[in-house]
This record gives sequence, structure tokens and C-alpha cells, in this order.
Amino acid sequence: MTDFLHLLHHELLLSLVIVCMLILKLADRGRSGSSWSNLLNVLLLINFAGGLLIEAEGSLFDGMFRSNALLHFEKNVLSLGLLLVGLLATPYLRNHKHSAEFHILIASTLLGMFFMLSAGHMLLFYVGLELATIPLAALAAFNLNRGESSEAGAKLILSSAFSSAFLLLGISFVYGTCGSLQFEQIALTVSGNPLQLLAFTLVFTGFAFKLSIVPFHFWTADVYQGAPIPVAAYLSVISKAAVTLVFISVLYSVFGALQATWTPYLLITALLTIITGNLFAMRQDNIKRFLAFSSIAQVGFILTGILGANVDSEGIVLYFLLIYLFSNLAAFGVAGLISAATGKESILDYRGLHASNPRLAWTLTIALFSLAGVPPTAGFFGKLFLLTSGASLGNYLFIGIAALNMVVSMYYYLRIVKAMFMETTAQPIGKIPTGVAPAIALALCIAGILVSGLSGSFYEHIHLLTLSY
Amino acid sequence: MPSLNNLLLILLLPFCSFLLLGLAGRKRLSPLAGILGTTSLFISALLSVHSAWTYFSSTSSHKPEVAWSMNWLQFSDSLSIDMGVLVDPISMMMLVVVTVVSFMVHLYSLGYMKGDERFTTYYAYLSLFTFSMLGLVVSVNLFQIYMFWELVGVSSFLLIGFYYDKPSAVSASKKAFIVTRFADLGFLIGILILGHGAETLDFNTLIARLTDPSSPWLGALSAGSFLGASALTWGLLLVFMGGAGKSAMFPLHIWLPDAMEGPTPVSALIHAATMVVAGVYLVARLFPVFAIACPVALDVVLWTGIISSVFAALIACAQTDIKRVLAYSTMSQIGYMMFALGLSGYGGEAGLGYTASLFHLFTHAFFKALLFLGAGAVIHMVHSNEIKDMGGLRKRMPVTHLAFLIGCLAIAGIPPFAGFFSKEEILTAAYAANPVIYWIALITAGLTAFYMFRLYYLIFWSRESGVSNAHPVDEHHGEGTISMKLPLLLLSVGAVIAGLVPFGNYVSSDGTPLHIHLHIGDAVLPVLIALTGIGIATYFYKTESSKPAKLMQSMRVFYMTLHNKFYIDEIYLFITKNIVFPLIGRPAAWFDKFVIDGTVIAIGRTTDRIAETVRVMQTGRVQDYALFFIASLITLAVFAIYLFH
Repeated sequence: MTDFLHLLHHELLLSLVIVCMLILKLADRGRSGSSWSNLLNVLLLINFAGGLLIEAEGSLFDGMFRSNALLHFEKNVLSLGLLLVGLLATPYLRNHKHSAEFHILIASTLLGMFFMLSAGHMLLFYVGLELATIPLAALAAFNLNRGESSEAGAKLILSSAFSSAFLLLGISFVYGTCGSLQFEQIALTVSGNPLQLLAFTLVFTGFAFKLSIVPFHFWTADVYQGAPIPVAAYLSVISKAAVTLVFISVLYSVFGALQATWTPYLLITALLTIITGNLFAMRQDNIKRFLAFSSIAQVGFILTGILGANVDSEGIVLYFLLIYLFSNLAAFGVAGLISAATGKESILDYRGLHASNPRLAWTLTIALFSLAGVPPTAGFFGKLFLLTSGASLGNYLFIGIAALNMVVSMYYYLRIVKAMFMETTAQPIGKIPTGVAPAIALALCIAGILVSGLSGSFYEHIHLLTLSY
Repeated sequence: MPSLNNLLLILLLPFCSFLLLGLAGRKRLSPLAGILGTTSLFISALLSVHSAWTYFSSTSSHKPEVAWSMNWLQFSDSLSIDMGVLVDPISMMMLVVVTVVSFMVHLYSLGYMKGDERFTTYYAYLSLFTFSMLGLVVSVNLFQIYMFWELVGVSSFLLIGFYYDKPSAVSASKKAFIVTRFADLGFLIGILILGHGAETLDFNTLIARLTDPSSPWLGALSAGSFLGASALTWGLLLVFMGGAGKSAMFPLHIWLPDAMEGPTPVSALIHAATMVVAGVYLVARLFPVFAIACPVALDVVLWTGIISSVFAALIACAQTDIKRVLAYSTMSQIGYMMFALGLSGYGGEAGLGYTASLFHLFTHAFFKALLFLGAGAVIHMVHSNEIKDMGGLRKRMPVTHLAFLIGCLAIAGIPPFAGFFSKEEILTAAYAANPVIYWIALITAGLTAFYMFRLYYLIFWSRESGVSNAHPVDEHHGEGTISMKLPLLLLSVGAVIAGLVPFGNYVSSDGTPLHIHLHIGDAVLPVLIALTGIGIATYFYKTESSKPAKLMQSMRVFYMTLHNKFYIDEIYLFITKNIVFPLIGRPAAWFDKFVIDGTVIAIGRTTDRIAETVRVMQTGRVQDYALFFIASLITLAVFAIYLFH
């Protein structure tokens, strides 16, 4: 019994938090948007802190659900991410009449991710994936009075239903050829006959869709553009991080026998993803779309790391995800603050930001430097490690192209820094009140970027953790 | 051994000053910013001199030692990255040079930058730059040096582009950043090759492993061949490429003259004494590997150095912008240092070139900073960089005049000024190593004397009135404040006596003292040539006359070639415009706009166009997305099933 509580403690705690939120919402109708936010952020903090308490290893329900220190760590990272998104969303939710629902939906998706991460069975994985996706469609449509936002929601739900159908078809084929949906069983029986290859390809596209890997990324731009900034941040950071981690374990441990197939898949898609992401990011003037596309390019680099498939790869990817989480949330956070206060989302509006809001400008600069991989920020090490991992396969041409893209990406990240520090405009953004909650979140992000970049112990911890599983 | 606390303080003081000024002090500390930055640098400089003194007076044999290090990143079990402080003769020497010159510049800027609305920011950037440069100098491994190398690049980018409302300053800082970044990419690849081959990034271990002929690492690195050179050669050449980019060696020098758009004291700091010699320092740091394991790479250093040296000296003769003359002269002098390293051997008498090169680095820092600061005072007074707006200033600016004259004599190599000794050592080494190099170097020395005195006469003599109509002399300024004159005087003293330091006792290729004997006989020819150069300059430029114009007329083609810097910028332009361009096949209309910014941005634009093509697929209709989804899926599946099985 205690075993059950220990292994499932993340999921139970989060469910409890969701139920609490629901009850609070039902019981109270008079609360304002910001007081809701504060209350629910406290709950998210409890969720994060509670998650840290227990570590247990084992499996439940005949191996359908498993847990270990690494998974706990990953869930803690995601909980932290959710907390940060919650804090950063406060200015956006201040005047929104459904701020409680926002938190309930977003917490539900995290619950889905937790199950997905811990799944030892295709069905649980699928259920988790759907739980992590469907509320997101509602969240994307959260700007109720904007057509763009509804469009984003509709597009997300349609496209993800479409990709789910293929994923399910793939899972059925897996069952048909392997006789089991248990991950361990599949790993034992998978041999690489054509039907299995087809099945694997279908499963692969399911992941590719969720991760916006090119050429399965088309939904991304429209959804990010329409969705509110906190939702876009959540989609591009937390949701991606969770799916990436599952993707790694599915590739490495479930379909490890098919490495000869997925290596070229990853090679081609990583290349396409990096290049396309960069090309699009370069052209964007809207900060939200810009961050969305640059995060597509980042996924390409993550794929490069996964490609390595050696003992270090998983740790390297996890380390990068952590840095990416801090950096991207900081960038989205600043963009969200500015958008909530002034409604401005164009990069041109950021001209002269340093003069009026030096703190925000510096925060965004550090975040962008980290995303661009400028030493000595954490992002540089993250990228360097990813490329090293990819290079262990000996594809130097590919690594060369990826490295070149890193330089190209530097150009567009620095463009924003240049706008903030070196350009002026007739109508600069005025002084923006930050508010306590977002300030805390941004400070945490910057601390995360700096600490994980300047101290090796972060990476070492992750490295050791992944080595033992 | 100097005390560790002092060493750390030397680095931390500028860093703290940067943090304080950059993050907290924008408004609150504004009146104090200059004082704060200058004081912290003053203490740093004192500590550096003290540390160097204790270090050099303690023992006679100086092997590199790691004074302090911490494990910073555990990359894998076999490869970890440390941060530390390396103590050896060249790092101690560089600490002194960087902190002293930086202190002078801090002090000088109190007057020069007075009243600038971003005064605090300026000092924050200066402190950041100094810190990065110091970190670079004391690096214990290739990785640390790379990190600080980049930081130096970023902070110099900020300083060059300090007047960001001037479009030329912005484009200059961009150019500097892009060109050096391009070189740094080579540097990074070089580091990876060396680190991969030697399985270490640590300087001491790396040098030990790559200089021992029986070591397996050296064997592995020199065994393979790629495009006709071993991995070791490639690694070292790529590392040198990084150095050549920062040190503005031909053909990566194009950023240096443009970088003169920054405030003049910044040029004195970055483009005289510190950042531009980073490349020399890098080669010196890895010198045993170059000299023992890979003489081919050292030959490249040699020829790059000598070509840059004579090339820049020729161009400097025909420039009309005071700071550009100094910029090309810097490039020429760094070329001197480079080729001296290139012709040096390892150990004993053969290592004279090494000692001479670093000696020249040391003396050059003083007299070139002096010249730049002097030029700054002139510009401050005349409000123009153009030589034609100056003339006859010697009576109005007696202190500057004297300082500038000392700087010119020093750089021309007239005894007993500092430049004479170091240049003489270089020439001696060259004479022993390679007569061709020796003669080219000698001609360069003559040219140097000529163009420096041309500059000197045009500024301080020539037109007696001293007033140009376009730019009336600002009488209120006078020569500037005492804080501007003091550094000039101090550096003048340095330019006179720095040559008397018995440098060979302290710095040599293998760490054992090298006793250098200068023969008076050897010095006669170089000094005569320098005097000839000065004489020619005196004849043409001392008084305003039509002689230079006539000369210019008679050698019109040659002069125009020099004036236009051998058309190098135009050649780059030509290559990008007429060769790269038709190959990519883009219409000329949009290409023209950014040719100046070089190929990097060209790549950006090209990809931009491709992006537009790809964008057509982003229709916004979910049906289309589904179609693309299925098409991609089928492609992947066919690919997997038929091509791989």
C-alpha cells in the first residue's frame, strides 16, 4: 500500500491539486482573476515541493506503470516548469474571467505527461498522451474573444486527432506483430519485419507531430500564433520536454532493435528541422512566432543529441532540456509581460527596451544568449554536448551543418538584443510593472541559466542519474 | 610564486567593478563611475606589478605552473574542464601590460569621455573588457581561453559600437564581430581537433603530450592525412586562424581599420595593447607544440606575419585618417611579432625570436597606447580624424606634442627608445634565420619610420596657422584635463625605459634565462634606414609645400593602390559580388545592400529566400497539413521498408 503511494506520489499529488482547484472554483464565484492566480500558484508550489519529497523505485499494475529516481527527477523538472508557467501567466490572467479553468486545464495536461513518462505499456502511454493533448486544445482557444485563438484550438485538436489516428494504427500493428503492448515484451520480440517497420514509422510520426519535427510541424505556427503567450510557452517548453523524454525511452529501450531504421530518420528529420526552424525564425517579426520557430530549431538540436544513442546521450538531452526550459520560459515570460501590459508583440516594438526597462531587457538578453548558445551561458554547453553526442556516430558533415546553423541562429537571436540595446523608436514601450509572481519566475529562470552554466555539478547529477538507468 | 589572493584579486576587481557599474550603478553611481573603475584598475595594476616582481625575482627558471584551479565541468570521465590561473613568464608579463594600459585608459577616459550620457555604461564595458582579457591571459586550458576569447570579442563589440547612434560605428562593430567570429569558428574546430587527439585541453599536459616524440597521442595526431596535412597541422592552423582573426593578420585584417569608429581610448586599449595581441599570445602559449611537433604550421605563422607586416606598412603610408594610420601601423607591428615567433626555434639561442617577439609585444603596448592616446587628445581638440584638418599644433599642445614625438621615435626604432631594443632583437633573430625575411623586415622598418613621421609632421608642423576653416580649434579644451595628460606622461616614460628591461632573463621559449647580446654593428643599418625614413618624411612634410602632391602625382597608380588599401575591401566585394553572386543566382537588387557586410549575412539572405519558398506550404488550411503529414509518413515508411531492408 505505501509502495503504491510512493511510486504514484507525483500523480496523486497533482490529481489532488486538480481536485482542490475544481472544488475551490465551484465553491467560490466572487474571486478576482489575480487572487485566483495567487491561490493556484501556491497549490502548484505545493505540488512541486511535494514532488521532491519521495523517491521510490518499482512498478505497479503488472508493469504498466513504473517509476524510478530518474523519472522522479524528470517529473520534478516538469513540475517546476509548470510552476514557472503559472507564475508567468499571472499578468495575462489578471483580467481573465476563467483563470481557474486555465490552471485546471494546464495541470491536467501535466498529469497526462506524468503518466506518459511512467508508462510501461502502450495503452497507458496513449492515454497519457491524449490527456496531455486535449486540454491543450482548449487552452490554445483561451482568448475567447479572438477568432485567431479559436482557430488555433480547432487546428490543434483536428491535427492531433489526425496524428493520434496514425499513432493508434501503429500501436495496433505493434500488437499484431509482437503479441503484446508491454514495452519489455515489444523490445524482446521486435525484429524489423516490414509490418513492424511500418508500425514503427507510424509511432514515430505520432511523436514527430507532438514534437513539431519537420515535416510534421505545419500545425505549429498557426497554433502558436493564435494561442495566448503562456500557452505557447507551455506548448513549446513543457509539452516538448515531456514528449522528448518519452521519445528517448521509446527509441532506446522499446525499439532499440530498430536503430538502423531510426538513425536515418533522425538524421534526416533533424537536419530538416534545424534548417526549417532557422529559416522561419529568421523571417519572423512577431516575437511569439519567432520564439515558436526558434524552438522548432532547438528540437532539431535535441534530435541531434538523441541520435548519438550512447551512454551519455540521455543525460545530455535531459541537461539541455533543463537549460532550454529556463531559457525559453524566461524569453516567453518577458514577451508575455510586455504583451499583457501593452499588447505589443512585434520585435520592432522592442526597440529601445533597454532604456525603459533595463531589467526586462537584460533578462531577455541572457535568455536569448543562452538559447543562441553563446558562451558562457548554459545554452552553450547544452548545445556543445548535443553536438558531441551526435558526433559520436561519425556524421561529421551533418554535425558541420548543424554547427553552421548554430551560427546562423546566433544572428537572429542577437537581432533582438540589438533592437533592445542599440536601436530607438519614436514610440518606445513605457515602464512596465513586473509584478511579484512573474519577477520571481524570471529570477528563477535566470538563476537556473547561470547556475547550470557555471557549475558542473548540475550536469554531473543528471549524468550519474541517467547512467544508473 | 606570487600570492594567490593577489592574482585572484587582479581578476576580480575589474569584474566587480563591471557588475557594480553595469547592473546597479546606471543612475545611482553615475558621478562616481569613472573614479570607481579607475581605482579598481589602479589597485589591479599595482597588484600585477607586485606579483610580477615577486615572480621574476624569486627563481631563475620559470616553468608554467597552475596556481589555482577548480573542476568546473565534468564532461566525461576522461575529459573534464577546469578553470584556473596559470602562472608563467608570459602570463605574468601580460597581466602587467593589460592592467597598466587599461589603467591608463581608464584614467584618460575620465577627461575624454566626460559629459557623455552613457559614461557609466562606458566604464562598465571597459571593466568587462579588462576582466575578459585578464581571464584569457591566465587561462589554464584551451577551453577556458576560448570562453574568455569570446567574452573579449563580445565586450570589444560593445565598445567599438559604443556610439551606436552612428551608423558607421554600428556597421564597424558588426564587421569586427562577424570577421572574428568566422575566425573563431576555426579556432573552436582547432581546439576540438587538438583536444580530441591529445585527450586533454590542459595546456601543460597538452604541450607535454604533443612535444614528446614517443608519445602515442602525437603519433595518432600526426599519422593521418587530410588534404595533404596531418590532423595536428590542421588543428594548429585552425587555432592560428582564430589568433589571426583577433590579431588582424592578413587577410583577416579588414575589420581593424573600421573598428577605429569606437572612442579613441578604446582603440588604445583594444587595438594597441590587448585584444589584438591575443593572437600572438595564443601562438606563444602553444609555442612548444608549434616549434617541436609541427614546423610547417610555424612557417605559416612566419609568412602570414611578414606579409601582414609589410603590407600594412605600405598602406599606412597613404592613409589620411589619423587613427587609420595607427591601425595599420598596429597591424604591421603585430606582423613583426608574428613572424618573429614564426622564425624562432625552441630552446637556447635558437629561441631568440620567441623572446624578441614577446619583448616587442611588451614595448609596443606602451608606445602604441601612447600614440593612440596622443591621437585622442588631438582629435578631442580638432574634432576631426582627418589629417588635413590638423597641422601646426605643436605650440598649442606642447605636452601631447612631446608625448607623440617620443611615441614616434620609439616605434621608428631610434635608440635609446623602447622600440629600438625589441626591434633590434627581432632583426637579429631574422638575420640569423632567413635573409629574405630580414630584408623585408628592414624595409618595413624604414616604411614605419616614414609613415609615423609623416603623421607627426602633418599634425604638429606643416601648416603654421594650425587652424583649418572647416574645423576651428576648440580653445576651451586646451589640451584636456590633467587626467588626460598624466597617462600621456606616464606612458612616455614607459616608451623610453621599457626597452631597458633585461627581457631575455625573464621570458624565453624554454623557461631558462637567455642572455642577449646586442652588437652595435648590427644596429647601424636598421637605425640608418629608420633615419632615412624620417629624413624623407621631414623633407616632404615638415613645411607645407607642393612636394607631396608632386610625388603623389608622379606615382599616382601606386599611391592610389596604397590609399585604397590594396583594394582588399574591394576584392572582397568583387569576390562576393561577381563570383559568389552569379553562382547563387540571386538578382542584384537586393544583394547590393549587404555585400559590405560580407558573406555571413549573404547566407542569411539566401536562406531567407528559400524560407519564402518553403512558406508556400504553410497555407493555414488543416486539410493541407494533413496531406503533408500523410505524404511525409509514406515517404518515411517507403524509405524504411524498401531502402533499408
